[in-house]
Amino acid sequence: MQNNTRKPLLRALVAALGFSAVLGAAAADPLKVGFVYIGPIGDHGWTYQHEQGRQLVMEKLGAQVETSYVENVPEGADAERVIRNMAKGGFDLIFTTSFGYMNPTLKVAKQFPKVTFEHATGYKQANNLATYLSRSYEGRYVGGFLAARMTKSKKIGYVASFPIPEVIRDINAIQLALDKYNPGSEIKVVWVNSWFDPGKESDAANALIDQGVDVVFQHTDSPAPIQTAERRGVYSVGYASDMAHFGPKAVLTSIVNDWGPHYVKSTQAVLDGNWASQDFWGGLAEDTIQLPISDLVPAAVKTEAQQIIADIKSGKFHPFTGPIKDQSGALKIAAGVVASNTDLASMNYYVENVKAELPK
Amino acid sequence: MLLSLEPRGQQSRAMLWLSPLLAALLTLASGSLLFALLGHDPLDTLHTLLVAPLADWYGVSELLVKALPILLCALGLAVAYQARIWNIGAEGQLLLGALAGSAMALQLLDWDSRWALLWVVAAGTAAGAAWAGLSAWLRTVFNANEILTSIMLNYIALNLLLFFVHGPLKDPAGFNFPESAMFGDASRLPLLGDDGRLHAGLYLALLTLAAVWVLLHRSFLGFQIKVLGLDRRAAGFVGFREKRLVWFALLLSGALAGLAGVGEVAGPIGQLVPQVSPGYGYAAITVAFLGRLNPLGILAASLLMALLYLGGEHAQMAMNLPQAITQLFQGLMLFFLLACDVLILYRPRLQLNWGRRSALKQVVA
Repeated sequence: MQNNTRKPLLRALVAALGFSAVLGAAAADPLKVGFVYIGPIGDHGWTYQHEQGRQLVMEKLGAQVETSYVENVPEGADAERVIRNMAKGGFDLIFTTSFGYMNPTLKVAKQFPKVTFEHATGYKQANNLATYLSRSYEGRYVGGFLAARMTKSKKIGYVASFPIPEVIRDINAIQLALDKYNPGSEIKVVWVNSWFDPGKESDAANALIDQGVDVVFQHTDSPAPIQTAERRGVYSVGYASDMAHFGPKAVLTSIVNDWGPHYVKSTQAVLDGNWASQDFWGGLAEDTIQLPISDLVPAAVKTEAQQIIADIKSGKFHPFTGPIKDQSGALKIAAGVVASNTDLASMNYYVENVKAELPK
Repeated sequence: MLLSLEPRGQQSRAMLWLSPLLAALLTLASGSLLFALLGHDPLDTLHTLLVAPLADWYGVSELLVKALPILLCALGLAVAYQARIWNIGAEGQLLLGALAGSAMALQLLDWDSRWALLWVVAAGTAAGAAWAGLSAWLRTVFNANEILTSIMLNYIALNLLLFFVHGPLKDPAGFNFPESAMFGDASRLPLLGDDGRLHAGLYLALLTLAAVWVLLHRSFLGFQIKVLGLDRRAAGFVGFREKRLVWFALLLSGALAGLAGVGEVAGPIGQLVPQVSPGYGYAAITVAFLGRLNPLGILAASLLMALLYLGGEHAQMAMNLPQAITQLFQGLMLFFLLACDVLILYRPRLQLNWGRRSALKQVVA
């Protein structure tokens, strides 16, 4: 602890003397990077992927960085303490990896203008607070394409967490793919109101399969829906991490969030002194989304999927290209127009052919 | 060789004081062993876990912030448990308090006067009491077991909170994320000092602590509660009205849990979120017993519990010690503390077989 309290003092002294650029590097004080996790690092989903990202930072940047994390941090009053303790403890760059950390991160960022913060999936930025999220809808669209090709019952299931724009966007992306590649197919949604609750997720998957669904998507972090799909003999699409080994006969693909490249880039930018606040959206093109497609998918379909992926990467195709109408038939995105990040970030309507009702 | 426990017949005064010390020693010893086996320096680790979080005033203030809701819930539970009324529903009562307080605060967003805070706190406290009142009503009218009803009401409370935070109380400008708008400054508990998050809830908690102590140790009502707890029939014979005491104990513990809940949303959080409590209402049950249902003991126990949370985080940050290990250490400490309390009422007896045999030989000779 003594060591910890001394460091910022020393650093402040060095900075005050104006040697920061020269001595900072010469003293070889590693950049301290902290991660705040919502779940356990062994959840095989969301938090696991962020932890993989941290590992990549250590692997790529070696002795230049020193990293640390706190797992299972509740989104209530505790988050602010953890984030502030990191900032006070001499961490230079702090990643807070769940939506509920938004206001606490903003509050601490204001109090520690010298520390750099990045918050995943939020919408509030500051000079020293950037946001980042994944364009998971791109993966969802390709998953929707695979589902369109593989379904027999024309019913696709979605184990959903919370009705926030990210989730609604992804449900819409699947419906758009279904409309294009297997018209008349519909998506059924069950809300479990949790990001990680294997019991409820499994119940939801069972309920969907009971209704005739033969491809199960999930927007939750545990492998439970996949295990359920495997047991009931239907297909599934994993989320967050590559979940293929939980259901070798079920998983068509997993929409993998790969945060590593972004973490390495941001950390490098802070090391180089050219980090700037931004609203980063990482998709297939940025390698933030990976789609390992299983051999359960016939080769021809796989080739087709690879083409869609390539088109999304090159910008030739965007899943949310107008005309897109909402359930009431009102035009939301005009013909030929590609949805902007703002449109996507505030999406609070289902597209035309989604049969479910959006919880308000 | 056989270790047996013999009833002492009465509490051992010495053990009353010695058992926590013994527990502390056992925890430190087994903790050191655990850390050494994992390749960490035991003294360093113990320092990080138990001392470093309190290195400065800020650390102490965070400890208090963390301890406040646990302390309030546990004080209320202690009153109920003294009467042998097993309210397991502090968690639900806390959530309802947070929910009602938030609903009130969101109505008063434009108010500038301090009355707003009073309304918010009153709404939360009343809602907590009302939620516990349901259990009291079921118990006194239908003789329904309050353990079951209060546990089940926890789940209803949680889902009510989720319903409201996803629905009517959701921030209209919040992109559908499950959070309410931030409360107005007038409905927030004022901060004590510029640094840190310690808020006026501390005064409320200290006031409550004193009030519960007076209630339990200096008042006739407290005497009735204890008699009811010790012997229900005796309480009936002397004319104490059981139903009224049940109502009182449950309403009081519910009100304090509700106060804890509204203190969280109007204090450190500042808005209604789905995860108001990481299980304070359940932690409070442990704390109430750890403090032997005595207000001062509960104060110490809630501070200890808060320190264990903070130390765990600190060890993760500073030493990359996995959370599972710090939780294991916390479990060890709670286990030893409760296990050593057995020695207050029981005397351990080591029966050595060879001892008995040699005694027999002497008799034969």
